[in-house]
Amino acid sequence: MKKYIDQGKNDTRSGYGAAMTELGRSNPNVVALCADLVASLKIQPFIDENPDRFFQIGIAEANMMGIAAGLTIGGKIPFASTFANFATGRVYDQIRQSIAYSGKNVKICASHAGITLGEDGATHQILEDIGLMKMLPGMVVINPCDYNQTKAATLAIADYVGPVYLRFGRPKVANFTPVDQKFEIGKALMLNEGSDVTIVATGHLVWEALKAAETLEQQGVSAEVINIHTIKPLDEEAVLKSVKKTGCIVTCEEHNYLGGLGESISGLLASQHPTPQEFVATKDTFGESGTPEQLMEKYGLNNKAIENAVLRVMKRK
Amino acid sequence: MTDKELQLKSVHLRKNILKYIYMAKAGHTGGSLSCVDILNVLYNRVLNVDPHEFRKPDRDRYIQSKGHSVEALFVTLADRGFFPEADLETLCQHESHYIGHPTKKVNGIEQNTGALGHGLSIGVGEAIAAKLDGKTHRIYTLLGDGELPEGSNWEAFLSAAHYKLDNLYAILDYNKQQITGNNEEVMSLDSVRDKLESFGWAVKEVDGHNLIALEEALNKGPLVAGKPSFIIAHTVKGKGVSYMEGNIKWHHGVPTAEQYQLAMSELQEAEALI
Ligand SMILES: Cc1ncc(C[n+]2csc(CCOP(=O)(O)OP(=O)(O)O)c2C)c(N)n1
Ligand SMILES: [Mg+2]
Repeated sequence: MKKYIDQGKNDTRSGYGAAMTELGRSNPNVVALCADLVASLKIQPFIDENPDRFFQIGIAEANMMGIAAGLTIGGKIPFASTFANFATGRVYDQIRQSIAYSGKNVKICASHAGITLGEDGATHQILEDIGLMKMLPGMVVINPCDYNQTKAATLAIADYVGPVYLRFGRPKVANFTPVDQKFEIGKALMLNEGSDVTIVATGHLVWEALKAAETLEQQGVSAEVINIHTIKPLDEEAVLKSVKKTGCIVTCEEHNYLGGLGESISGLLASQHPTPQEFVATKDTFGESGTPEQLMEKYGLNNKAIENAVLRVMKRK
Repeated sequence: MTDKELQLKSVHLRKNILKYIYMAKAGHTGGSLSCVDILNVLYNRVLNVDPHEFRKPDRDRYIQSKGHSVEALFVTLADRGFFPEADLETLCQHESHYIGHPTKKVNGIEQNTGALGHGLSIGVGEAIAAKLDGKTHRIYTLLGDGELPEGSNWEAFLSAAHYKLDNLYAILDYNKQQITGNNEEVMSLDSVRDKLESFGWAVKEVDGHNLIALEEALNKGPLVAGKPSFIIAHTVKGKGVSYMEGNIKWHHGVPTAEQYQLAMSELQEAEALI
């Protein structure tokens, strides 16, 4: 199968920060907001270079979302950033009414998504944010897989007009996307062609899917691996084309199986092309403390869990 | 317990905060050191709570809204006998209940917190419930100053005054700092006293590291009958360790071996002076 090389582990939030620095230089309309988490979001360089285009809102996320909506006046492009929990659940009605329903060009940029933020535990580990955001009409939902892709996605959403939810994380993860790869919103990336099973993954589970596909190949299983960085709008064509070939699918995400990528795909398949599917996702639970590796093992989110799901789904063809 | 013993306990609790954060290699150091004197006074002089029968209905309630300073709460509860101190050796480890924010899985903890801006509303509900049931127990909640801008706090301030909840006490850990910097740089609070008074609360300002003054403020009943009480505790983030005091780097900082030794010897010296 096609080889992917980890260019060196890095955190996806640093990809966001690096892109913000570039946007600060290239796009005078970009403004940034934060709710007392500047260091975690890696935007200090943006602030240093553009102090008049940064607004510290303090620990008041609902206010931040409303201010971001208002700031769009005159063509400004607000990037409002905080932890994923406080960027979605805490401020849902502000986003729903003042951003999504009102069609504002606000970029909601969320770090520390999912379970792998580690020791802070369940209050901070949101596993429902993709669901919350994808249900909002008109909201684009993006969950890039690594540092390079997070950077590319951040640059791309600045050029897209409309509300976007961009989700990334805290831990350092494999960085394997080509550094110059352009990010196309809504366009899935074929990473490995295969014939026995389709694995679609989002976020850093794409790397786990690639590792699983390598092991599966040694067992004689040919796995097609697709990176679905954009959960909404979903690249339906890419998914349908693949399952028509392989006849079964495993969906992988660091999110509750209710409301996540897997659910979007099962909805598509049920109506267009019923296909056996297995979900690599959390199973309707809150999180807990631990290292990213411990938590991914316990909640069945690593390459081994993906391999097992593949073996299960192939029996159901 | 004598006043001197209470003072010694504050030093002991500070040592334990550092000990377990150092072991876990994680924790909210600065905010825990800033509120631990408040917790010491609450759990050893004010709250009517029984470690062996924690759930008894007439207990006083304590809700830590600034949940990230959970290490201060853990060491205080352990010291008061709610659970064996050795449990804290698992702090922040996988499968441990002693995680980075308060959870009800730990004996003595009333409420899951961690996302800021939730504790006071729950306190308002519990204070209304106590009144409905004709109970006389009190409800205490601890807020951070960085947390104060959350709008939900101001909704709760209105409702507490509206329902005349004089069984409710909000304590502000006023260390004038948050994660990114000083409150005044991040989001200015201006006069907290004026704001709270205009919201219908009775307000008292104390030195948040003076145990006797804290006890005075917290244990004499409502500051004004028919009004909720707001105690502004002036504190220092990182209090007790010279190089941590007032340095935002220590909000989430974990000491190195050398820094740990230095902190412990400073606390040792402080203890000798009591
Ligand atoms: C709703 C919410 N937003 C952001 C955070 C992240 N956070 C944790 S502690 C903190 C700073 C808190 O400052 P303050 O209340 O002053 O606490 P202290 O100085 O006592 O540590 C922030 C932003 C959070 N836990 N909850
Ligand atoms: Mg503070």
